[in-house]
Formats: sequence, C-alpha cells, structure tokens
Amino acid sequence: MEFIKKYPKLFQWLFLLIVFFALCFAIDVPETYKFIRGQAEFIKDPNQSYYVFLGKEVRYYAFDVFWRLPPLLGWLPIWINDSLFFLMNEWMPIEFWNEDTQEFRTRPLVLQISRNLTAFMTFLIEMIREILLGGFETIVAFTSWDWIDKNPWAELPGLPWTIVAAGSAILAYKLSGKGLALFAGLVMVYISIFGQWKPSMQTLSFILVAAPLSFIFGLGLGIAAFKSKRVEKALYPILLVMQTMPQYAVLVPALVLFGVGDHAAVIITMVVAVPPMILLTILGLRAIPPEVIEAGRMSGCNNWQLMFKVLIPTARRDILIGVNQVIMVCFSMAVISAFIGAKGLGFNLLLALNQLNIGLALEAGLCISLIAILLDKMSLAWANKQTDYFGNLTFYQRNKNILFFIATVIIGIVLAYVGTFLFKGSYNYLFEVPHNKGISTADFWNKGVDWIFDTFFVYIKAFNTWLIQDVLQPMRALYLRMPVVATLVLVVGAGYLIGGIRSALVVCALTLFIALSPWWDRALVTAYMATFGVVISCIIGFTVGTLCFQNKHSQSFMLGVCDIFQTFPSFVYLIPVMMLFGITDTSVLIAVIVYATIPATRYTIEGLRSVPVGLHDAATMSGVNKFQRLTKIEFPLAFPHMMLGLNQTIVFALFMVIIGAFIGTEDLGQYILKALSDKKGAGIGFTLGICVAFIGLIFDNLIRTWVEKRKKHLGIS
Amino acid sequence: MSEPVIKCEAVYKIFGENAKKMLQESNGNVDAKTFQENGCIVGVNNASFEVSKGEMLVVMGLSGSGKSTLLRCISRLTDATGGKIFIEGQDLLQLNNKELIELRRNKMGMVFQSFALLPHKTVVENIAFPLQIKGIKTEDSISKAMDMVKLVGLDGRENYFPRELSGGQQQRVGIARSLAVEPDIWFLDEPFSALDPLIRKEMQDEFLRLQDKLQKTIMFITHDFDEALKLADRIAIMKDGIIEQLDTPANIVLNPATEYVRKFTEEVPREKVLLIEDVMDPSTTDNLGDLKVLKDEIIENVAEKILTQEKSVAVIDNNNKIVGSINPTKIINTVFGGRKNNN
Repeated sequence: MEFIKKYPKLFQWLFLLIVFFALCFAIDVPETYKFIRGQAEFIKDPNQSYYVFLGKEVRYYAFDVFWRLPPLLGWLPIWINDSLFFLMNEWMPIEFWNEDTQEFRTRPLVLQISRNLTAFMTFLIEMIREILLGGFETIVAFTSWDWIDKNPWAELPGLPWTIVAAGSAILAYKLSGKGLALFAGLVMVYISIFGQWKPSMQTLSFILVAAPLSFIFGLGLGIAAFKSKRVEKALYPILLVMQTMPQYAVLVPALVLFGVGDHAAVIITMVVAVPPMILLTILGLRAIPPEVIEAGRMSGCNNWQLMFKVLIPTARRDILIGVNQVIMVCFSMAVISAFIGAKGLGFNLLLALNQLNIGLALEAGLCISLIAILLDKMSLAWANKQTDYFGNLTFYQRNKNILFFIATVIIGIVLAYVGTFLFKGSYNYLFEVPHNKGISTADFWNKGVDWIFDTFFVYIKAFNTWLIQDVLQPMRALYLRMPVVATLVLVVGAGYLIGGIRSALVVCALTLFIALSPWWDRALVTAYMATFGVVISCIIGFTVGTLCFQNKHSQSFMLGVCDIFQTFPSFVYLIPVMMLFGITDTSVLIAVIVYATIPATRYTIEGLRSVPVGLHDAATMSGVNKFQRLTKIEFPLAFPHMMLGLNQTIVFALFMVIIGAFIGTEDLGQYILKALSDKKGAGIGFTLGICVAFIGLIFDNLIRTWVEKRKKHLGIS
Repeated sequence: MSEPVIKCEAVYKIFGENAKKMLQESNGNVDAKTFQENGCIVGVNNASFEVSKGEMLVVMGLSGSGKSTLLRCISRLTDATGGKIFIEGQDLLQLNNKELIELRRNKMGMVFQSFALLPHKTVVENIAFPLQIKGIKTEDSISKAMDMVKLVGLDGRENYFPRELSGGQQQRVGIARSLAVEPDIWFLDEPFSALDPLIRKEMQDEFLRLQDKLQKTIMFITHDFDEALKLADRIAIMKDGIIEQLDTPANIVLNPATEYVRKFTEEVPREKVLLIEDVMDPSTTDNLGDLKVLKDEIIENVAEKILTQEKSVAVIDNNNKIVGSINPTKIINTVFGGRKNNN
C-alpha cells in the first residue's frame, strides 16, 4: 500500500493496462473474422449486413460490437464523392462567355472557377518552363494558334544549359559567396552532363511556381490569423489536420477538382505547403517583443509599414524556417504529384521504380535531392543577406553581377551557335544534353544491385524471413487481435490519465471516427507498422543523439546530417531500400526507420542542448560524473523537448508508411493508392487521409498535453 | 506661463471587458478592489498633471504601479479608458489614426527598456528608420542618422548590427533613434533599467548632457528613486495606478505626502539631493559670518565649509544678493536629524 500511495500515477497506469489485457482475453475472435476480407469492401456478398443512410447503402460484415464496431460512417466517403460531383457538375449553372467558340455557354460555377484556376496555373508553369526549355504556348496565350501558324518563327528559344548553370552560380555568389556559387555551378553541370536537364528544368519550373505562391498565401493567411482571433480560430483545426494528413491523400480530391497535370500538382502542393508556412508565420509574429511593435508605432508607422518594415523582418527567423519547409514540401510533392501527371524528375523516378530500374531511379532521385539542397541553401542565404548603404562603389562594382550575367548570356548563345556547327547532324550538346543521351550511371548501379543480390542473397533473404516471420507477423497479429472496446478503453484511459476529461473526450472522438469508418483493420495495420518504425527510430535516434551530444563537433555534424537528410524528398528514401530488400514490408519499414530517425535524433540533441548552462555548472560543482549528470540532470530536463521529437517521429513514420504503399503494403496507404485510380475514389481517398491524420492527432494530443504539463511542472514553459 | 506641452485631466486606464461601462458607473471613484472582483484591472487611476516646455517629469513607481501604462496612454500606444489628454493643446484622444501618425512622426520620440531595436537593421539604419518611415530620401535620412550617431558617441560603429553591441551601446542607438526626427516631446520608459550600475551612471550623465543641449519636454519612467532624484525637475510617485505625490525632488524628500513616499525617502542621502536653498532660512538676520554660499549649491559640496563656521552663513543668489541664511546646526539636523519629523 505504501508503494501505491507513493506512486499513484503508476498504479493508475497499471490498472489501465490490466483492464486492457483483461478485455483482450475476455473477448474471443469471432469465427467468421478474416482480416483480408476485412469489413466493408463495397462488394456484395450474401453474408453481409447492410444499412441505408442518407440514401446510401453501406454493406459490411457484422461482428459483435465489442470486437469490431459496424462502419456507421461508411456512407461518408460515398456522400463526399457525390457532393463533389454535384458541386462540379450541377451546382449553380451560370452562363459564361467562351472566347474560342464566341458564344455563351452554361457551366456550373465551381467547374468554371476550377477551369480558370487551372488555366492560370498552367500559364504560369508553361511560361517559366518555356523560358528554361523553349516552346510556344506562352506566345499562344497572348496571341492565338492561328497567329503562331502564320508566324512559325515566334517561339521562345529556351536557354542553353550553360547560361542557366552560370546564371545560378552568379546568383548563388551574390546571395552567399564562393562556396555556394561553386556548389550551384557543379549541381547544374552534373544535371546537364548526366542527361537530366529537361526533367530537372520541368521540376524546377514547377517549384518556381509552387513555392512562391505557397509562401505568399501562407504569409498572408498567417498575418490574417495574427491580426484576427476569428480567422485563427477558423484556421486552427484545418492546420492541425493538415499537419498530420499524408500528402498522398490530398491528391485524390484534387484529381476530381482540377484534373490531371502540372497545374493540379501546383494547387495540391500549395494545399500541403501553406499550413506549415501559416503556423510558422503566426509563431514568429507572436514571438516579437511588444516593445518592438511599440517602437515601430512611435516611429510613426502606419499599419502597412508596421507589418512589412517592422513585424515581418523581426520575425524573419521563423518565417525563414517556413520558407524552408515550403521548399521541402514542394520537392516532396514534386515526386508524389507525378501520380497525378506532373512532369519532370518525379515522373521519371516513379517510372523507374515501377520498372524496378534502381539505377535510373537513383539518378533522378539524386538530381531532385541536389536541386532541393541547392534551393534550400539559396533561400537561407537570401534571407540572411544584408544591404549595405555605405559603399561608394563604382558602376562596375555595383553592377558586377548583372554585367557578368549579361556576359554569360552572350557567351552561352555564341557557344550554342557554335555547337550547331560542331555537332552537325547529332545533338547540340552545348545547347541541351537530351534526356538519356548524357552519361548514365544507371547500368553501373543496376549491376551493383544485381551483385548485391547475388552475393548477399542468402543473408538478406534469411534476415528478411526472420524479420517477417518472427517479428512482424506476430506483432501484426497482436494488433489485429485487439477488440475495439479494449483499444478504446486503452486510448481513452491514457487520455484521461494524461490530460483529464478534455483530452479523453478529444482522443475518444478521434478514435471513434476511425473505428466507425470501414477501415479499422487497415488502420490497425498502419498503426502496427508505424509503431514498429517509431520504436526502432526512437531507440536509434535517442542513442545517436545522446552520443553525439557529448562533443561539440559531433553535435553540429549530426545536426548538419539531419538537415541534409530532411531535404531529401520522402520518396527518395524508397530507392536504396528497394535496392537492398526488394519489394517487401522490410523495405518499407527500413525506409520508415531511416526517415523517422531524423527528427528523433535532432530533437534529442536540441533537447539536451536546451538544458541551461547554469544547471550544468551547478551539477558539476555537486560532484557528479558525466553519466550521473546525463541521467539526473540532462535527461529529465530535456525530456519534454525529446517527447516533441517523438511526436514528429510518429508523424514522419506515418507519412512513410503511407508512401510505402507504393511498394505494396496492406495498410491505409494501399487504399489511398487504389482510390487514385478509382473514378469514385475522391471521397474514399479523402476519408482515408482523415483517418491517417487522426491516428497522428491522437498521439499528438496526448504527447503535447503531457509535455505542457511537464514543462509547467519543471518551470521551463 | 505658456500652455503646458502635456496636460492630463483625470486619466483612467482600466483593463477588462466592460471597463468603460464600469468606469462610467463609478462616477470617478475607482476602487481597485471592486473592479478586480468584476474582472477588471486598474492600470492608471485618476491621473492629472501638466508638463511644461523643457521640463523633465520623472514618473517613479515599482513594477505594477501603472507608470508604464500611464506613459502608453500619453503616447497613445494604448487608449485611455477615461479622461482627457492634451498634447500642445490638441486633444490626443480625438485624433484619428492619420493625425496620430503625423503627431508621432514629428513631435514624439520614445526610448524603451529593452531597447526594441530592429534586429535586421544596422545601427545607422535603425536610427534612420523613423525618418525613412516619414518618407525622407535614403541618402538624406542616412546622413541625418550619421549626425545622431555622432551625437550619442557611436561613431565607427554605425554599420554594426544591434546584436554586436553591448547593452549600453544598444540603448544609445535607441536614444539616437528616438531623437532622429527632432521631436519636441521625449518619452523614456525605464531606459537605463536593463543596464549595469556603472554603465547606468554613465548613461545618466550622458543623458543630462544631452538634455542640457536639447531642452526637450520629457517624461521619464523609472523604478529607481535615486535615478529619479538625480534627473528630475519634478517627480511623480505612483502606487497602484494612483499618483501619490507630484513635486520637486527636494519637496518630496523633505515633505513626503504619504507613508508610502516616506519609505522611499528614508534611505536617501539628503546632502546629495538637497540644495542650500531647500533648507535655508529665508529671513535674513544681521548676525552673519563672512562666508557666503550660492543658493543652488548641493549641501554636500559646501557642508564642510559651513560646519567650520560658528555664526550663520549668508546665502546668496547668482547676482550676489543675499536671499537667506543658514546655520551649521541646520545642516547637521538636515543630514543626521530625525527622519520622521522633518524640519
């Protein structure tokens, strides 16, 4: 009893676990239950029960409600789908003037808006694309097809790759200096020589449209939310869901609304990239000391000047992190949106992965990652750049960069012109190295993969079999063995113990949504894969983080590594694991682990770093040794921050598990992928996305509540 | 006397949702406790005073006394809940946004406790900021800012960023920025509180030198009574939003109006604060010694001379005219005498 009184929390948790396991054992698996058939698969089977709600028939396999809840929300995806269809095709028909046919046509409002938006996006992308690669669509947009037919010379010629390479090097030099300039130049030359010029420029043009638009919208909405409580309240739930929503899931509704192509990809990228930008804008603006705002006001700023000359520059750091995030998301989406027809490196990557041509995939992936790193560094340098008033510089010094650029343009054009003579009859390599005509290392990599397979086949296979048979299958079976009631009790109980009634209710609602959807079993599989990934990632991340923390150099080295790894688009992680483990669950899990270890490591180091120096000294003077200091001082204090890392780890793991569906898993991601090719998939895809988001939010809510309490307790909030 | 530059009439600032309504119902009798029970916090309670041209009013109070809130009402960084504020005869609370911005751009300057410099601008850009906001050309504003840089003694550091400067230097930038538009009214909100004691003293001296040269109308906020005594023409002591006493430093030291004010004056070294004028006997007697002292001499400086005399000492003004007398006993009484019943 003494013991119980001393640790009341521990006792409560034990009690919760006992109830949970008791429920698990008390409720038997129904004999008719088979996972693969699942619950509601929308196929007709005489054994199914059904109900009708809002005119939609939902069929499902009925079980004891303690075992699995009936999919009472099964009508939701169908209903969403029908609503979308109704909005697009029937709602508010309005007459519009059609330029091409010179007559009025009746069209539903939403369809018209979507078409106009589409046309605008397409124009933007095409314009940048044609500046880089050449073409005539932009000119057509200003004139007409007839005009182009009559004047076949009027075509944007495209820039020779030499000019773009030198131009980006000069820009990098202006922004940061020699180091970055060299890097920029090398990246561009690499891309060109290895024959990835065209797809790279396609991807680049996509990003040059998507990133600035996302930045502008994110900043604008962030400012609006900062200024008005009402806007913030309206935005907050959307932001929360979007943060844990897998990027995949947004693709499907976009497909319905905007069709297939680069424009849809840009819009969808904005949907994904804007929320973090908004959050960081709000965060940055909130953190400004009130006196700075007052100083601005007393300097006589009007509202506009206050916002753009005082607030935003002062909140620069956080807004910058937002820009970084936007660029990261854009690259990630550049790959994923290849599913809905975006051209460029992502499309090649996907194609190569589909054909199991690891070498080609690797080349495309490397190009994407290199461009991502380059843009990341350039945006950082741009934001840190200062203007200098006090240079009494000469004309040459002031305009040196522009002059250099003009010179390169001339030289580039001359070179390209010379190239037409040099490479007569073949490709003009000084203008553009055509796709797959450059140096290709694909064969080398493919041979490498084959060699690895041949040499280590036995070991890999053995490892694979062991992992799947002895670890993964039993774990999966255990997760599926949980009766829904037991899961609910566990989750709600945890919510209550951590955050009281409020947390318990929120968590309960989120769980119920998933439990009442037709995909509870799939959600369990998702949860099992994510759990496995998170546990391993945390072990690795916390260990590596703690070890690296012991030394200043290894700290900054590790953080740098994390930075670079985070820049890689998530899809790229699939390449090396497929190289080694082929198409198995192991591949997905290893990708999950690698990807999710990044935040775990980063937050561990940052958490340990955030321990005040004074406490360090105090501990040292109390005569602790290094190990004691770590366990008694640093870990307890850094723990809240590390838990936030756990939160991020979970989100990252979930994302990767969902993306892993591309390799072939049986979780929610698989269904999202299916919905992509389904005509009526929009509702399903969206609901599935919400389900995944809710899994993330359950943990998010629990962890955040706990961290806030703990921080208050420690007095470091 | 000409019109006061700043004039407050029964200014109230009450935080809370239905503060305005409650204030009207209370008929000017604001009791902090009853307001607090209704979810309102009283920041400034019935403040009325005037500041005339070239005068330095120091508002002294501990944290939470409402001194900063009062300053923000007068600079209209926050709107007063009740009362009237006049700046050079203009009703501040009636100004629309545009007029208010005009007023700030041309008439007001403010210095902040935490310096409130813009982190992304260099020293000279920070100082030029209010000028550029006004719409002055970059070159002109920079050259004007360079003058200010020289004025506060930061030459050679004009291209530094705030983060590269020490606290004292940062506050010099803050001061220079607030002076860049050549304001008539200068607000200083605890400008030296975040500085080390030595730097603080140096900055105070520097500040006095500047004020000597510029003769601005100043409202200076501080929680340091010694600083108030050193700088002020008049001091307002605030507690719980109420101005307890508003008077010259000497009168506050000699005649504290309330128990609260007296507590502050107890520890004050009077010989360093009071002038001969403050303690002299204005009736001149015939029986005076040969020694003459100036009336606005600080006691400390002449005490030794006076104490060696046996007779009373004549006090003269700048025109060498005798205006009063003082005897050694008086000096001893003032410095060491019972602090509870003064004079």
